[in-house]
Amino acid sequence: MALFEARGLSKRFGDHVVLQDVNLAFEADRLSGIIGPNGAGKTTCFNVLTGRYAPDRGRVTLDGEDITGRSPAAIARKGVSRSFQLMNLFNDYTAADNVLVALPQVRRRSFDMTRDLGADSALADRAAGVLARVGLRGKENVPARRLSYGERRALEIGVALAAEPRLLFLDEPTAGLGADGTARLAELIAELKRTVTIVVIEHDMRFLFGLADRISVIHWGQVIAEGSAAELADNPWVRRSNLGMLA
Amino acid sequence: MPDRKPPAGLVTRPMVVLFAVLASTPLWLAQVGLYQYLALEIVIWMLYALGYNVLLGYAGLPSFGHGAFFGVGAYAFGLLQKTLAVNLWVDLVGAVLAAMLLGAAIAAFISHRRGIYYALLTIAFGQVVWFVAIKWHRVTGGEDGLLNLVRPPANFGFGEISLKSNDALFGFALVVFAVAVIALWRLVHSPFGRVLQAIRQNETRAAFAGYNVWLFKWLAFVISAAVAGLAGALFAMAQQSAYPNVMSLHQSGFVVMMVLVGGGLASFWGPVIGALFFILARDLLGAYTETWLLWYGLLFMAIVLFKPEGLAGLWQDWRARRRRNALPLAAREPV
Repeated sequence: MALFEARGLSKRFGDHVVLQDVNLAFEADRLSGIIGPNGAGKTTCFNVLTGRYAPDRGRVTLDGEDITGRSPAAIARKGVSRSFQLMNLFNDYTAADNVLVALPQVRRRSFDMTRDLGADSALADRAAGVLARVGLRGKENVPARRLSYGERRALEIGVALAAEPRLLFLDEPTAGLGADGTARLAELIAELKRTVTIVVIEHDMRFLFGLADRISVIHWGQVIAEGSAAELADNPWVRRSNLGMLA
Repeated sequence: MPDRKPPAGLVTRPMVVLFAVLASTPLWLAQVGLYQYLALEIVIWMLYALGYNVLLGYAGLPSFGHGAFFGVGAYAFGLLQKTLAVNLWVDLVGAVLAAMLLGAAIAAFISHRRGIYYALLTIAFGQVVWFVAIKWHRVTGGEDGLLNLVRPPANFGFGEISLKSNDALFGFALVVFAVAVIALWRLVHSPFGRVLQAIRQNETRAAFAGYNVWLFKWLAFVISAAVAGLAGALFAMAQQSAYPNVMSLHQSGFVVMMVLVGGGLASFWGPVIGALFFILARDLLGAYTETWLLWYGLLFMAIVLFKPEGLAGLWQDWRARRRRNALPLAAREPV
């Protein structure tokens, strides 16, 4: 059984059907990819899977447990973490504090008034460790708003990673990055993939095909193809897209 | 090696300095032409503003109806001593509980909101409470309020201290204030305080990090309402009455102005500075001109426009500049 499964998901906003009977399964210890043109419903799909919207129909299960319609916080506490396409950071906080707040050790004891976060060097080390993993060593004390765009992208992943997730959703991590940044990000994700189950939304196909074990193609709110990079290489839609006829 | 934030500690140097300066006021206040009652009122407003800042400065939630909780604290204190018992502890605890319960109920209706909707709802609820206080004559005494309240003595079992004089009541209020300052300092430096600030910066991200954002916002409101109720009870003792005026919209605005002018968004101590500044401005400017609020209002606008971090922000800038100037030129970071 897959770690995370969605069965028959449908979601509409008014008359606009965004997801229609979507079935997805993400295996543990794999990197799964979701591709599709802009407006295909990829981000809505993530939002339904991570609790931002409840689906109109369908079921989402994590490790066999039904989590359909649960709040984002409840799903996050079960070990599902995500990054955002449009960055969502604690801008006044330093990079280290961004990560610190997301640590499960902080969350589990968030009502412990005797606890002095500033005095806890074990947590500070842990936060520094997460920053080092995403390539932000030395940036601990820089406020998030002062980081460069690429660094903010990395921190976006760092905050999601800090929760020690069983499943990490990354929503278009390459958005806005240049070729250099994308290459560095590919290295980072390849490294993370060894220890975390990851699902990535992308429309940069080259990026995703190099990383993903299994890819689902979403178009018009439906899954139109699934398979490994090699299997999908022959898919007519993917071939056309590769030729620049995307969307 | 990154430099780390020092631990927040339990009692800090600024706290000790503040408490010492306040405690020494009976020795010199009269010499400079002021009077002890003023220091009492300042301490009460400092307490009120500090509690309010948990909500505004830390959680980023603007309430324009907090006078309701200050007022309910004052009324509850008065009603309890008139109906139940003239006992300082019973009346004080009862006042805090009353404000807390009302805060809990109101917060339940507004904690899913933020920004302008949140602010408008707090105004609406504040007005409802104010209106009830004015109209419910039988209980609240209407526009006159509750008069002739007594200042019950502080009974410690082995003996009791009369709080009848302003000096004695000031001493008691200062002790209450000190305990509240230490508790609030702990609160904002605990994970809870850190999460509140995270929610202020980005509610969505906080939710996706697994925090029940609603609960944190609700708790911040309840805590600030409880502190406002405590301050209100002390105010009822100071004034020996409880009246609806403190619940009005413009009085609710005072605490917002104190916190913003003082710099509650930039520092824990902002509300303390702001309350001191406000009450002194009221008394000193007020002695010269009836229109002191006009001048204070202009100053408020200037601060919001040019230095939103308030007086505490100015102080921090000044310290940062001094530190920078103390370094050799080559070591200075560009601004």
